[in-house]
Amino acid sequence: MLDSNWLAVGLLRNIPPQGSRVVRTEHGEIAVFRNSADEVFALLNRCPHRGGPLAEGIVHGRLVSCPLHAWQVQLDSGEAKAPDIGCVPRFPVKVVGGEVYLGLPAPTTSRARLNTVD
Amino acid sequence: MKQQLVLVGNGMAGMKVIEELLALAPERYDITVFGAEPHGNYNRILLSPVLAGEKQPDEILINPIDWYAERGIQLHCGKAVTVVDRDARIVRTDCGIVQPYDQLILATGSLPFVLPIPGRDLAGVVCYRDLHDVEQMLSASRQFRNAVVIGGGLLGLEAAYGLQKQGMAVTVVHLLPTLMDRQLDATAATLLQQTLEARGIKFKMAVQTSALLGTERVTAVQFADGSSIPADLVVMAAGVRPNIALAQRSGLGCERGVLVSDTLQSSDARIYAVGECVQHRGQCYGLVAPLYEQARVCAAQLAGNSEAFYQGSMTSTKLKVTGVELFSAGEFQGGDGCDSIVYQDAGAAVYKKVVLRGDKLVGAVLYGDTVDGGWYFQLMKAQTSVAALRDSLLFGPVSEAEGGGQQAVLDWPDDKPVCDCNGVCKGKIVETIRGKNLQTLDAVRAHTKASASCGACTPMVEQLLAAAVGDNYSAPALPAMCSCTTLSHDAVRSAIREQKLLSLSQIFQTLAWRHADGCDKCRPALNFYLLAAWPGEAQDDSQARFVNERMHANIQKDGSYSVVPRMWGGVTNSHELRSIADVVDKFQIPTVKITGGQRVDLLGVKKSDLPGVWADLAKAGFVSGHAYGKALRTVKTCVGSEWCRFGTQDSTAMGIQLEKLTWGAWTPHKFKMAVSGCPRNCAEATIKDFGVIAIESGWELHVGGNGGIKLRGTDVLCRVETMAEVEEYCLAFMQLYRDEGRYLERTAPYLERVGLAYVQQRVVHDAAGRQLLAQRFRDSQQHFQKDPWAELASPASRERFIPIVDLS
Repeated sequence: MLDSNWLAVGLLRNIPPQGSRVVRTEHGEIAVFRNSADEVFALLNRCPHRGGPLAEGIVHGRLVSCPLHAWQVQLDSGEAKAPDIGCVPRFPVKVVGGEVYLGLPAPTTSRARLNTVD
Repeated sequence: MKQQLVLVGNGMAGMKVIEELLALAPERYDITVFGAEPHGNYNRILLSPVLAGEKQPDEILINPIDWYAERGIQLHCGKAVTVVDRDARIVRTDCGIVQPYDQLILATGSLPFVLPIPGRDLAGVVCYRDLHDVEQMLSASRQFRNAVVIGGGLLGLEAAYGLQKQGMAVTVVHLLPTLMDRQLDATAATLLQQTLEARGIKFKMAVQTSALLGTERVTAVQFADGSSIPADLVVMAAGVRPNIALAQRSGLGCERGVLVSDTLQSSDARIYAVGECVQHRGQCYGLVAPLYEQARVCAAQLAGNSEAFYQGSMTSTKLKVTGVELFSAGEFQGGDGCDSIVYQDAGAAVYKKVVLRGDKLVGAVLYGDTVDGGWYFQLMKAQTSVAALRDSLLFGPVSEAEGGGQQAVLDWPDDKPVCDCNGVCKGKIVETIRGKNLQTLDAVRAHTKASASCGACTPMVEQLLAAAVGDNYSAPALPAMCSCTTLSHDAVRSAIREQKLLSLSQIFQTLAWRHADGCDKCRPALNFYLLAAWPGEAQDDSQARFVNERMHANIQKDGSYSVVPRMWGGVTNSHELRSIADVVDKFQIPTVKITGGQRVDLLGVKKSDLPGVWADLAKAGFVSGHAYGKALRTVKTCVGSEWCRFGTQDSTAMGIQLEKLTWGAWTPHKFKMAVSGCPRNCAEATIKDFGVIAIESGWELHVGGNGGIKLRGTDVLCRVETMAEVEEYCLAFMQLYRDEGRYLERTAPYLERVGLAYVQQRVVHDAAGRQLLAQRFRDSQQHFQKDPWAELASPASRERFIPIVDLS
């Protein structure tokens, strides 16, 4: 795991299952998803296709379908599902004691590093 | 340790299994392929264009040798497997290779039938089966003049056409009096023979070939009556036999072909068989579509999906002779218990026959004009009732005739856009289909985006797909809802009703959905079906709704929303306008627009402002306009008899009344209405889902119009006298559509699918049924007619519209 700032962003129960909530950060809006298996993922809230708000998409399995043109983006990798090609930055996220923590790049890291977070 | 998978037969069926399997479970097997021919695999159905000089051999390769290596597949080309030792679980080749297997696939194809007559071994006598045969025929065409093709079936005629194009003088010899007797009736066969004769091919019908003459090379063909004709090349195209020699030697159950179950397993469960060598439920197939269906099931089985079953295929035929349009499918001969409907225009050489049993289409022969072949085939496979279409059946689907020239798309230049939503031109679609070897409409949608948005270009894309894939392309009979299930929309709906399923999770469990929580295609549809079937009882799942219905506003390209308050019948007043203006100022809404449905659209509202906007609008007395939903949208009106000097009835009051009755109702797709006060029809009621036009004696009711994707004028449902009747008929029609329309199917395609006569029967002629439908609509409105804005504007609900935390 890259050195990152773990920040508490709220309670898991405040994110609807098969839904998401948005965290506003200096890097832009980050969508924190919770799927039906209670897995939690975080992606930049911007579809690699036309910038659609992924947070408003339908979550199914480990995929979210963008509400604008139905591109499917993989929650665990940020990659668009083939045959579409594209990738959205993702962020480390974990749940401890019912609280969701988002790993943001350490303050020294720049936006350019967003793609390498893991 | 990976399992060893061995494929015997490097042809279209066997390699389709491998390709599908690699997509489903790429890591599961070490794969070894044996092929008797010395190439990678190629598209055998394109041999005829190669023979005719319309394609080069390398253009019909599906996978070159490198393709196998890149995927770690061991390929043994030009090696024939001679032994399957089932006890030791190994195969042996003629050259001594020994290969163990855990699972074995036999795809040994078929062998051409060689007539058992003297002279069959002479030089210049060939079958028509593989690339080698085509090379021999091409080489003969360069040196010799006279060709005789024995067999007037599909393959024989394609061979004759190819050889003639190569400059040979061709005679077709056929045992029976008519050509293609397995696919054509006598009339169509005669037309075909005339067309080919006009192109210079000679025919000798109803003759039996007794010998091939010559000493080293063939010189003549002799017939049973003693006559003969000269021949330098003889092509035997008298049919094929499943190649079951290896299977028989290995002790597998065989009749005409290798016997397989619905899982494509032979009598030995470790040995699968697919393709032309197979006999399934008594049938052997020689066309590509069924072979591919078998391959898909076999691959799914090998990937571990024990629920995949093959249940047989219905097939159709076309002839790959350029410029000859011919289609046949099913029980084309007609006969006892069947009705045939025939259209014949000898001058134009057009012949069409459709065969009906009861109200189902069971067969079709088309000659000269085959545009509707796919449509008939679809009706046959889906076993759709065509009772209502009977009068117009021979003229094809009406809407497509109006849409104009499906055929034409094949003649378009490559740079002409087919899909206007996504800007995809014809060349791109054709190139992608070929380059990626796409076989299905879904695959074309995924790779090109063509037809993936509004769907208006779907028939054209299907046409391109059919042309590229070969003439055996056929759309699936009743397509599955999505990749989560094999069930169609209709099948799922029946299950929801019959088993009283009340939630998505119940559907997923009961109907064995492949993905635990469905996908973005099925969830919204299922949620609607639940609500429509069990209003008030089914569980509405907001996470199954598309963003617009979840946010009760329309998402726009920049992620902002647009808000449309309901304006009953398009009528407003100063108080409402002032309140809207205040909201615009307060929330700095950038654009205010009058919609085509006589309302005010507030565009560019931030998500976090939505609850505030709604709260203020609600205070002024507005409810949601549902401008975002698969629901009643708007009721457009003119000013009618209250103001208009021509108005015969009060259309504005009628419109308001209809809107008050029906707002909030969920429907399969958006639902629009209009009421015009006189036959001048200023409210444009004839392009709405439900249209009302005032006439002197009362009201004329219209259904099934669409001003959108594909312009369709309404059909007249009936005329009624009173406003109460208008209401009852309107509600009954909406309820019928809600019960039977498939999700995302507007009333226009719904009406074309079930037929106007059916809708009139349910809504007009059956008075008791109409009242029941209308009552059911009213009952469900108790549950649906609630203003979502009022609920969501409450402080408790506002949380979901704002970030969970703001760190910026």
